[in-house]
Amino acid sequence: MTYIVKPKNHHPLLEKNELGLTRRDYEGAVSTLCAGCGHDSISSAIVEACFQLSIESYKVAKLSGIGCSSKAPAYFLNQSHGFNSVHGRMPSVATGAAMANHELLYLGVSGDGDSASIGIGQFIHCARRQLNMTYIVENNGTYGLTKGQFSATNDLESKSKYGDDNLFPSIDLPSMAIQLGASFVARSFSGDRDQLVPLLKAAISHKGFSFLDIISPCVTFNNHNTSTKSYDYIREHNDSLSKPDFVPLGKEITTNYNEGSSIEVPLHDGSLLSLEKLSEDYDPKDKITAIKNIQESQRDNKVLTGLLYVDPEAKDLKEILNVSDTPLNTMGTEDLCPGSEKLTEINLSLK
Amino acid sequence: MSNMDTRYLFKRYNTWWVKLAVPEALREQLGYDLRRSLKTHDLKTAQDFRWEVVDQLRKKIERAKGLEEDLGIIPEVEEYVPPTDTSDPQYYHKVVDCQHACPAHTPVPEYIRQIAQGNYNEAYMLNWESNVFPGILGRTCDRPCEPACRRTRTHEKAVAICRLKRVTYDYKDDIANLIPKPETSNEKKIALIGGGPASLTVARDLVMMGYECTLFERDGKAGGLMRTNIPSFRLPEEVLDEEVNQVLNLGIKTVFNSEITSMTKLLEEDFDAIFVGTGAPKGRDIKIEGREEAEKNIHIGIDWLTSIAFEHTKSVGKKVIVLGGGNTAMDCCRTSIRLGAEEVKVTVRSPFDQMKASEWEIEDAMGEGIPIHDNHVPKKFIIRDEKLAGMEFEKVEAVFDENGKRSLVPTGEDPIIFECDDVLVAIGQDNAFEWIERDCGIEFGEWDMPIVDKVSFQSTNPKVFFGGDAAWGPENIIWAAAHGHQAAISIDKFCKNEDLYERPEPSTTLVSQKMGVHEWSYDNNISQATRFLVPHADQKDSLKDLKMEVELGFDEKMALEEAQRCLNCDVQTVFAEDLCIECDACVDICPTDCINFIGNDSEESLRNNLRIPAINLNQEILVSEELKQTSRVMVKDEDVCLHCGLCAERCPTGAWDMQNFLYEEAKVYS
Repeated sequence: MTYIVKPKNHHPLLEKNELGLTRRDYEGAVSTLCAGCGHDSISSAIVEACFQLSIESYKVAKLSGIGCSSKAPAYFLNQSHGFNSVHGRMPSVATGAAMANHELLYLGVSGDGDSASIGIGQFIHCARRQLNMTYIVENNGTYGLTKGQFSATNDLESKSKYGDDNLFPSIDLPSMAIQLGASFVARSFSGDRDQLVPLLKAAISHKGFSFLDIISPCVTFNNHNTSTKSYDYIREHNDSLSKPDFVPLGKEITTNYNEGSSIEVPLHDGSLLSLEKLSEDYDPKDKITAIKNIQESQRDNKVLTGLLYVDPEAKDLKEILNVSDTPLNTMGTEDLCPGSEKLTEINLSLK
Repeated sequence: MSNMDTRYLFKRYNTWWVKLAVPEALREQLGYDLRRSLKTHDLKTAQDFRWEVVDQLRKKIERAKGLEEDLGIIPEVEEYVPPTDTSDPQYYHKVVDCQHACPAHTPVPEYIRQIAQGNYNEAYMLNWESNVFPGILGRTCDRPCEPACRRTRTHEKAVAICRLKRVTYDYKDDIANLIPKPETSNEKKIALIGGGPASLTVARDLVMMGYECTLFERDGKAGGLMRTNIPSFRLPEEVLDEEVNQVLNLGIKTVFNSEITSMTKLLEEDFDAIFVGTGAPKGRDIKIEGREEAEKNIHIGIDWLTSIAFEHTKSVGKKVIVLGGGNTAMDCCRTSIRLGAEEVKVTVRSPFDQMKASEWEIEDAMGEGIPIHDNHVPKKFIIRDEKLAGMEFEKVEAVFDENGKRSLVPTGEDPIIFECDDVLVAIGQDNAFEWIERDCGIEFGEWDMPIVDKVSFQSTNPKVFFGGDAAWGPENIIWAAAHGHQAAISIDKFCKNEDLYERPEPSTTLVSQKMGVHEWSYDNNISQATRFLVPHADQKDSLKDLKMEVELGFDEKMALEEAQRCLNCDVQTVFAEDLCIECDACVDICPTDCINFIGNDSEESLRNNLRIPAINLNQEILVSEELKQTSRVMVKDEDVCLHCGLCAERCPTGAWDMQNFLYEEAKVYS
């Protein structure tokens, strides 16, 4: 970590968003992660995405579990709400918070240990329930905080920094998320800001469970030349499905693709996700194609990135449960606990 | 001389380029200037080739004006920017804006760090090496370094560099034993004419090398304009004496009260070379109605200041008008008040914001209650009872034509009349070379000025060198010092029969500041303090006393805090592309978004496509070689880099390092 505070001075020409804020206004504390950690690039991409979307920080809740990744929320949006939960239990806390107040924007930040090992049960049900949140897994394939053991997303052919073989196959979180009913599933790479920022913006704007698996090299324990999650391995094996461009509501589409080479996904808030196809058989709205693409890239030792699957019309948890539009946390006792008379009435209606 | 003709040429990445300024009206369309690389390292080739390119670029400008059509568009060469050659000493030198702007290239951040550490002697000696008169300049310098200061681009107000220089003088101990000892005589004799800063600098540099220097001075003491034209409430005599004597005591022969009246005679004497540092000693007069009748009460500003310095003049009338808007005018009006004048006013022909005086001199004069009447053109002196009674002025306004040329146009208002007893004329200075016979081998050119080579300071008589205001007209003390160093190099080469154009290279060092993972041997924390103001003496007392210094200087605590405001621009961000793993950590942490990883392109496209476009063309961009993983290049805009070192702290591989770059301008004895 660094000893000095990041100077508050910024470039005199630094852009301002619709709220009159600069990107610097979305920053957090200076990172205490290892220098060069992919997680810091993700934090910076989140800052950029929130800045570009003109999000009001106080309407955001950052939630995390335990791990290097779960420390990251301290390093962005320092004006937002935050909850650093028990290991692997971020989805439950997020679910509870979202049920109490669905008006906040829920940003879950987890890692491969937190989500694919100890918290996998929680992750599964959160996806299955279509909780309206953006769930980010900062995936480095290793337990960095405990000095570099294999995590459950480490690839079978990868060796540890110390030369040990990984004996078990990896869990592919995006495939699971698609199967479980998540309505927005993407994979990206911390070192590819041009792809990551529009995907983050789309994920935040998407209604329902948005899942982002972001490969994020662990510069200390998993960036060696037998790693499959190092900067150079990912750059060499990155197989991008599409070039995303996020067009906010009311903004003109300026990108100009050849006919048939792009797919446009309108999101529920009126914004548009425009995807320039980089692969022939790419249809992010088709679950079967999505799974097939993932399987094929795994077979070919490639890392498939981009928007893998989206269902812009899916219902979220609040709609499924038909919860009141007024957030529960703003209701008074009379509404939340109408008394024994009302209970009798309900009981009688069920007879 | 022809081999130094670099018109339209400039050097970048060790390659010669042509640059042509674009007229203001076309800048939106074409930018501030048009540039094209000549793709050669060789000056001679560039010189031969340039006119063709200049012609082409001119045609492009003409075309844009719509004056000539179908001249044919000059095809734009799509070029990738080559990796920056940081081994060229000028690259990093330019990043140290203050040092680069200083004519004598004083290593400003280095001495400010010494001040911060309380090493006033070392700080003083760094200055003494570069500019010879730290105590004098710390009070009187025109400070070209301050408008250049990076803080003006990041925090609005520059570091008070000039007043920190004064601190080195005020808090140093006895430094006599730090001053190097001159070498033993080499038997070569040099004459120096005029005892001002230019001559003193030449003398200091040459005496160190063993030259026998003889300094001729018209007045009874050396110092030149520093003594005669700068009033002692700005520059106390003891400061001046100390620093002038510091040079003279190195073993320079002085001949005071002896005005040289014939160059021919001097050339006949036994000198190996002659340096002329006689300044611009002739104050300009004003020739309007009533001038002759009022003669007794009209004084030429610099002559008047001189007679006060030597205590020949001790009083002035009750009502004084000072004509002119330069620093001499400011000194004249403030001196008048101290001599007991009750009503002093300054009148200037130009608008207030175009006055020549330094901003702070104007502030100080106004702070002493002196009004400045701008747009006032003097028309006549009013004589009553055969005595000066007042002046008449015409009110004008500045009008600019399409070429940006200014003219002062009468507004048609009634003439303005100010009463006065005395008028001080401070409207400019000229050179005076009546004493140089026109047949002694020194050719004179435009405005009756000697032809002096811009590089060697040599006149057309190879034995005679010029510097300071005597060379090309009035400038400031710091320029005289800079000229002096260069002239000394030339004189040394001349006496050794060497090529005057083979100038010695500056010496540079580049040393890593890394001490630990996040520890640097410089203070990288960016001070958020605003510029500290120098305390002034109580005006009640200072306005009564001609010799009482107005500025008190920083106390040690303020000096330390002001020193902390320095951004350490000489601690360079050095990038090693072979170590970079393109993790973007530096991009993310940089507080001013200087760092970019981007596909290479032409310089214009690169500059426009950075995270924040690099539109300040006065500042360089640092371009790396192509990177391994993505074939992009690292591009850093030097413009508003804070030199905080966070890029290097967040770099996992040490691809960024903070390295102290010390640039020492070549001097004859180094």
